Amino acid sequence: MEASLARYIWTHTKKQQLWILMIVVLSMIPYFMSFDLPKLIVNGPIQGRGFEQPGATQPFMRLHYNLPFIGEVQFFSGFQLDREETLFALSLVFLLLVVINGLFKFYINTYKGRLGERMLRRIRFDLVDRVLRFPPVYFKRVKSAEVATMVKDEVEPLGGFIGDAFLQPVLLGGQALTAMLFIMIQNVWLGMIAVVIVAIQIVLIPRMRRRLIVLGRQRQLTARALSGRVGEIVDGIGAVHVHDTSNYERADIAARLGLIFKIRFDLYQWKFMVKFLNNFLAQLTPFLFYMIGGYLVLQGRLDVGQLVAVIGAYKDLPGPMKELIDWDQDRQDVQVKYQQVVEQFTVEGLIAPKIGVLTIDDPDPMTKPLSAINLSVADDGGAMLLNRISLQVKPGETVALVSTATGGAEALAEAFARLNWPDSGRVASGTDDLLELPEAVTGRRMSYASSDVFLFQASLRDNLLYGLKHAPLTSVPYDGAAADQHRWNIHEARRSGNPDLDIHSDWINYASAGATGPHDLFEAVRRVLDAVVLSRDILDLGLRSSADLTRHTELARRIVELRAALRTRLEQEGLSGLVVPFEPGAYNKEATIGQNLLFGAAAGPELADRALAANPYFASVLRQAGLDRTLYEMGLEIAKQAIELFADLPPDHQFFQQLAFMSAEEIPAYETLLQRLKNRPYEAVSENDRAMIVTLSFAYIEPRHRFGLLSDELMSKIVAARNRFYEDLPPEMHNAVERYDPAKYIAAATVMDNVLFGRVGNNHPDAPDRIRSIVYDILDELGLYGELLDVGLDFNVGSGGRRLTGGQRQKLDVARALLKRPDFLILNRPLSALDQRMQDKVLRNVLEEARRDGHSPAIVWVVTNPAMAMMFDRVIVFDSGQLAEDGTHETLLAGNGIFKELLS
Amino acid sequence: MLLKDEVGMLQRVPLFSAIEPTKLKLLAFTSDRVSYSAGQILFRQGDEGDAAYVILSGRADILVDSDSGPIKVAELEPNSIVGEIAILCNSSRTATVRAASPLEALRIRKDHFLRLMREFPEMTIEILRVLADRLSHTTADLIDARSAK
Repeated sequence: MEASLARYIWTHTKKQQLWILMIVVLSMIPYFMSFDLPKLIVNGPIQGRGFEQPGATQPFMRLHYNLPFIGEVQFFSGFQLDREETLFALSLVFLLLVVINGLFKFYINTYKGRLGERMLRRIRFDLVDRVLRFPPVYFKRVKSAEVATMVKDEVEPLGGFIGDAFLQPVLLGGQALTAMLFIMIQNVWLGMIAVVIVAIQIVLIPRMRRRLIVLGRQRQLTARALSGRVGEIVDGIGAVHVHDTSNYERADIAARLGLIFKIRFDLYQWKFMVKFLNNFLAQLTPFLFYMIGGYLVLQGRLDVGQLVAVIGAYKDLPGPMKELIDWDQDRQDVQVKYQQVVEQFTVEGLIAPKIGVLTIDDPDPMTKPLSAINLSVADDGGAMLLNRISLQVKPGETVALVSTATGGAEALAEAFARLNWPDSGRVASGTDDLLELPEAVTGRRMSYASSDVFLFQASLRDNLLYGLKHAPLTSVPYDGAAADQHRWNIHEARRSGNPDLDIHSDWINYASAGATGPHDLFEAVRRVLDAVVLSRDILDLGLRSSADLTRHTELARRIVELRAALRTRLEQEGLSGLVVPFEPGAYNKEATIGQNLLFGAAAGPELADRALAANPYFASVLRQAGLDRTLYEMGLEIAKQAIELFADLPPDHQFFQQLAFMSAEEIPAYETLLQRLKNRPYEAVSENDRAMIVTLSFAYIEPRHRFGLLSDELMSKIVAARNRFYEDLPPEMHNAVERYDPAKYIAAATVMDNVLFGRVGNNHPDAPDRIRSIVYDILDELGLYGELLDVGLDFNVGSGGRRLTGGQRQKLDVARALLKRPDFLILNRPLSALDQRMQDKVLRNVLEEARRDGHSPAIVWVVTNPAMAMMFDRVIVFDSGQLAEDGTHETLLAGNGIFKELLS
Repeated sequence: MLLKDEVGMLQRVPLFSAIEPTKLKLLAFTSDRVSYSAGQILFRQGDEGDAAYVILSGRADILVDSDSGPIKVAELEPNSIVGEIAILCNSSRTATVRAASPLEALRIRKDHFLRLMREFPEMTIEILRVLADRLSHTTADLIDARSAK
């Protein structure tokens, strides 16, 4: 990127800059015409000049010019209009000019805005493009939040400046020069005074601004560091709390904010100081005119008319000058910002664009051995991780890398994955240097997983398939408005130097996963998930989440069958008592009163949780069913009991988890409410208070809470109220609730709730586990296991994958590496978060899965435990950066070397 | 059976007899009411101890594994508590408990139980007394057994 902003702008927008300049010059014509017109209107038709005779007419729109050498030429003799007609005609011309001027302004502003936005888009893209090409070592030093703030915030002001970058100085400079020329014409000596003052302004002000630039740079750097620190706090929040350092962080942030404040305040002070001086100098000129000019007049060396003309002409100078100086300030400001950013993004050893070039067709398999030749790798501090290693991994070979604590096997795996670049020597595929190969080869024919997993904040599926998204493989058909939008997108992308690759295209390379399309990809996914023993976790996630019915139609279609199968199975196993099913005409004792009343899943905020009791329609149904008072009294009783039980406990007491009715924070509020409502007749209680109390009863489950509040009569009343609720449900609330229907899938409920269609009994402690395994069995029998797995794959893994456990993340990373079916599979302590038994199991599965269907990839696995090496063809042992032993498991075991020592 | 009846039952358990009814009510409320049919296992020998059980109604057998299969070593009656040792010692279950008839019990979770002990010294003292009592019985049994040799 160019170091100078002006050059950057000029290179990319010179045509547009010239065009807009031309338009601006053109716009001057109607602009100046509109200045002249009021005078014409007032003098002509209004005051009557030229219309002295009644019935006199004047030509309108006469086109005649005095051309040099030719004399007067008349193109058009004009219309003859009388006084009134002239008034209307001229007024209409005035209106026309207003419109034309407005349109010019509109066009110019839009054009400048678009120009700026395009440039901003270009700069931001260029920056991110560079991030994608930075060498790996750079990322060890930079904080992600700082890079983000540079791309997002620091270049933002550039967009506003670009439209004015060249236009403003030309225009304002022109105006200032004209004004200056005008003064000079009136009087050379007074003109010289103005010139001197302007010269002082031009020399002095930028000098004073130097400090402003320094401060501006500091402001930018400190603000960037601040966002880096904030990002660090967010990422490291666990460490902050674990070590009780939140106050240290507070102090650090406060100190930084203090520094930023000081810089910004200094900046303001200087800015206004410069402004003051600037204004002062601008006003100094008229002072000199009055004094010196006046003195000259008194001396008789200058006539009054000239002085007045000079002062009049001077009026037009300070405006453009001031704006010009402001423009210059803006220029310096954005120039500093731009330079700061560009400096940060100018890095040595940037990855060449050809390495990451878009490649649609799949490259040929890597059939040549992967070798390290005299390879040395150092860490950031210069310590040698690997010292002149030479070895070769042949295609199809499985190699375990065993390492002592300082062995360096991990560095070798990273070097194979190009994540760590050699200090000397090289890594080669056949004879080609690995670093020279395009990523289209290494990223598709090799895969890598390590213990340090990064997942994107997206669904499990997206993360799993991420390793297959190398290039847009389909062209999406667009029609109608979408097609226009698509064309516009492409046009604009090109205009800003962005690529026009379609993100909505299908990027998934099915072939490399051994599939032919979306329909059979799932088989491959299921196999790799099984291999890393992650399927069960994902099934659990699927059961606990609500399915997207546009995608998982099969579940909804066969829900009745599923529910029936579950009932039958429970009966067969004599476990019917475990689940109490929802029946439209019966009270479900294991469900809360609220669930029994609503008998459906709230699909919107109107009827969810606390809003239910306060909902006017719901309250009216309760009233009609004669339940309002009963439930109110029940709520009062619950409140009393809950307060009696819990009032003495500290709010953080773990017993509060058992209190379903209210949170610990709400107890005092309910205490005062109870006091207030004591002995008050039901009728005198306000709607709000009633809702507060009634809502408590909604959480009540008799077998669980055992307060003895539920009678048979009450239960039948509740069922009656339920029916009434749905009979008269107002149309606007139809979407707020999905009624439980034994024949229908409930979109708002989880898959588990849908299959159960009832409540698990509270008095069977192991019921949830037993039912879950029965549900899995049934799903498998009915062929819906895959569908559920697919629902689980919708699970969003959260920022950095933090909604998964460490072990799950690592398993997912290995699955992702396996799914590609690479020629070289590099695994760098990939399962360190799992226990040894699980690691062994996954290792066996992975070796098997990688070789399925006659594939024979080379597998390089940095093992966490030397015992795991038994499963591999070849074992390479590293010790203090040196290759210590290399051979089959048997030979190393037979020898008396480090390997044997490590094993014992 | 309602919460207040359970409180009455708990009061009859020696371990809890000295504790105020309101605290017992809290204990009952935060415990799970569980029911088992005859033959169902409450917990198995060797499992991790995660809860203690107070038998409200029905009977249960205490079984210990041996080379010749499980041996019944004792029987539990209503108002008895079982499983509290594994909670206190952080050890695994020393015996299997199986319902001998339809059984109703209160399941007191380990963390709740420990929290109660921390908060109500009278309860802790009572537990100490019961344990000490058992120890002195065991010691007496041991002396008897040794002197009988």
